Amino acid sequence: MLTPELDARFRAAALAEGLVDVRYDVADSPVGPLFLAATARGLCRISYRFDGQEDELARSFGLRVLRVPLDDVRRELDEYFEGRRRAFDLRLDLRVAPFHEAVLHELARVPYGRTATYGSLAAKVGRPRAARAVGTVMNRNPIPIVLPCHRVVGANGSLTGYAGGLHVKRALLELEGAILPA
Amino acid sequence: MMGAVADVAVPFERFYGQHADEVLGYLRRLLGQRAEDAWQETFLRALRAYGRLEHGRHLRAWVFTIATNVAMDELRAAGRLVPAEEVDGDPVEVGRPVYAQLEHLTDELPPKERAAVVLRYGYDLPYDEIGAALGSSEEAARAAASSGVRRLRRRLPATASGRAAHARAAVGAVGPEPHDRHDA
Repeated sequence: MLTPELDARFRAAALAEGLVDVRYDVADSPVGPLFLAATARGLCRISYRFDGQEDELARSFGLRVLRVPLDDVRRELDEYFEGRRRAFDLRLDLRVAPFHEAVLHELARVPYGRTATYGSLAAKVGRPRAARAVGTVMNRNPIPIVLPCHRVVGANGSLTGYAGGLHVKRALLELEGAILPA
Repeated sequence: MMGAVADVAVPFERFYGQHADEVLGYLRRLLGQRAEDAWQETFLRALRAYGRLEHGRHLRAWVFTIATNVAMDELRAAGRLVPAEEVDGDPVEVGRPVYAQLEHLTDELPPKERAAVVLRYGYDLPYDEIGAALGSSEEAARAAASSGVRRLRRRLPATASGRAAHARAAVGAVGPEPHDRHDA
């Protein structure tokens, strides 16, 4: 049987040799386990879902998908969940359409502990009537938490929706002090 | 797992998860203690080629081919890839229960026969894929496996009757001989 040491040695050698198109890892968090993935360019996925992820990574980034620890991402997420980090210093690999990229770029500027509305983000990218399209971009955000779509709420302040479930969105906003605990 | 079903685009992690253990077991049969480095080299070679692999290839046979190449390189470098004269006779096929009795003796077979016997009876690979793994024809693979089984059977009676030391002495007599091999 393969030992954990031999397995880890292979994974480290594969990464060191630059043979991996995309690596992934799983991190525990207060809002449940998170699926993380990164290419050589940077972090490319955070997901609350696990099924089908290897295949999706293979289609998006290449077949050389390998599970390898993402220690830097895990550390920054841990610091965030402990309330010790308000912004992430991670390189990102965003491969999205130009409109999505523009919206996600504006999203990244919504400060810790604040909220923005779908309409205000739409206005910032010069498409003030595109609040619904901004909602779609949030829904498909490949790197939630780091790209803080949990900070985007409806015009009336309602939480609307979230990939990890509304209870997770509420937990993140409470953690940041953006809303009071229920 | 087996058969002619083409593998569609399989993420490497899944391929690795399916074959890492069995390839390590195979390399232990061929190389003993030195299997671990060869195992890592096998999967690094697989990963180097994986991005440009023609999908539709049978991945299991493919990784056993790589492992066999790595093992033969290792044996050659160690001066242990000594050609052996085939043990002639009618083609031999054995069933699993018989192989289970012979399996522990495969260490003493010449490397190519050992690879052919282990791939056929330990891992159920068909002869065309064993031939590909050994860099030879289907017929040569069949001949190597048959020869290996005959050689094992010669050793079995002594061991089975508890005279293991005598069996090992006999192995020395029929073991690898420095003659050219004609089927390789």
